[in-house]
Amino acid sequence: MWTFFHKLASPPHFYDISARFIPWFAVLGLLLIGYGTVAGLFFAPADYQQGDAFRIIYVHVPAAYLSMMAYSIMAVSAAIGLIWRMKLAHAVAAGAAPLGAWFTFLALATGSIWGRPMWGTWWEWGDPRLTSELIMLFLYFGYMALRAAIDDTTKADKASAVLALVGAVNIPIIHFSVEWWSSLHQGPTLVREGGPAIEPAMLYPLLAMIFGFTFFFGALLLARVRTEVLSREHRARWVRNMMMGESA
Amino acid sequence: MTPRKQRMLAVGLAGAGVVIATVLTLRAFEENMMFFVDISEVVQGNAPADRNFRVGGLVVQNSVEREPGQLEVKFTLTDTKNNLDVYYAGILPDLFREGQGIIAHGRLDANGVFVADTVLAKHDENYMPPEVADSLAKHAAEKAAATAVNQE
Repeated sequence: MWTFFHKLASPPHFYDISARFIPWFAVLGLLLIGYGTVAGLFFAPADYQQGDAFRIIYVHVPAAYLSMMAYSIMAVSAAIGLIWRMKLAHAVAAGAAPLGAWFTFLALATGSIWGRPMWGTWWEWGDPRLTSELIMLFLYFGYMALRAAIDDTTKADKASAVLALVGAVNIPIIHFSVEWWSSLHQGPTLVREGGPAIEPAMLYPLLAMIFGFTFFFGALLLARVRTEVLSREHRARWVRNMMMGESA
Repeated sequence: MTPRKQRMLAVGLAGAGVVIATVLTLRAFEENMMFFVDISEVVQGNAPADRNFRVGGLVVQNSVEREPGQLEVKFTLTDTKNNLDVYYAGILPDLFREGQGIIAHGRLDANGVFVADTVLAKHDENYMPPEVADSLAKHAAEKAAATAVNQE
């Protein structure tokens, strides 16, 4: 098993293997998102309090979960890159950041659109869940800006990895914010004591969307890391051989 | 110690340092981290007197009073132990109803009435179709009736 990972850590092997995963991830993602969209918008019953407005959950929850998942991947990759000096790990962290930022933005935007009619406000300063999620958006921006500001790739990798690790402390704060402090945001519906507090007919499309978004994210992440690897290794022999082979 | 283990230790110690610093900071700001104050705190006089704050509670059944054609509304909030009268003139959110958890922003007047400038509805984590909500309410009513009979 370890040889598989050691091989994967080498850029040419990663470049080979990832090409085989992307189409699968993309197709699975699109199928699940397609089912989730149709079932969520047309077949799931309306909520007893919110009516049809609850259906924004099918975008909001997957986006919010992936915003944190992308950060976790970024932070773990940063730690692996720092400790084991693995270049591929830094490339993964660099590739995950813009995707995470977009999912964070999507979670904030959908939450705001839902919050206006339901809570009665677009945004509440001081709400721990809202504020900690916004801080994560700024952490992503800071991470990308720091990376872009340093020309030397090795130095950029190290500096941004430290920022990613320090910011990781925000992840449990986002997750537990609704339990630790009184908050306008409701508590968790899916992962809670006593099982999910949601009707099965509403739950299945949501699960499909969560997994669909995850596969979609996986495909995008692999594609991004591949380009990142190519631009980092553009002088390496395997890249040159591959390009020559393709053009010949 | 190999260089790799040294780096592992450095990352671990730095991470632990950040976590401890964050926990201490959050604890220090505990009061400000609370988005709203409980009603019992307000009734016991632990709420800020001269500035605006948020109070959270459930709207008491049959407590909402409003003149037809007017925006002004009066209702009572409860945390099941203590009650607080609230006065508000403005548009209420969709989820505002009796029995619903809400958060009001404003200040206490001299008579102990909370004059709100904003009223927000809090949503809970339950999602269900109306039929399920109805049958749940029916079962709860039947159960309550059964316990009442048993107690007699």
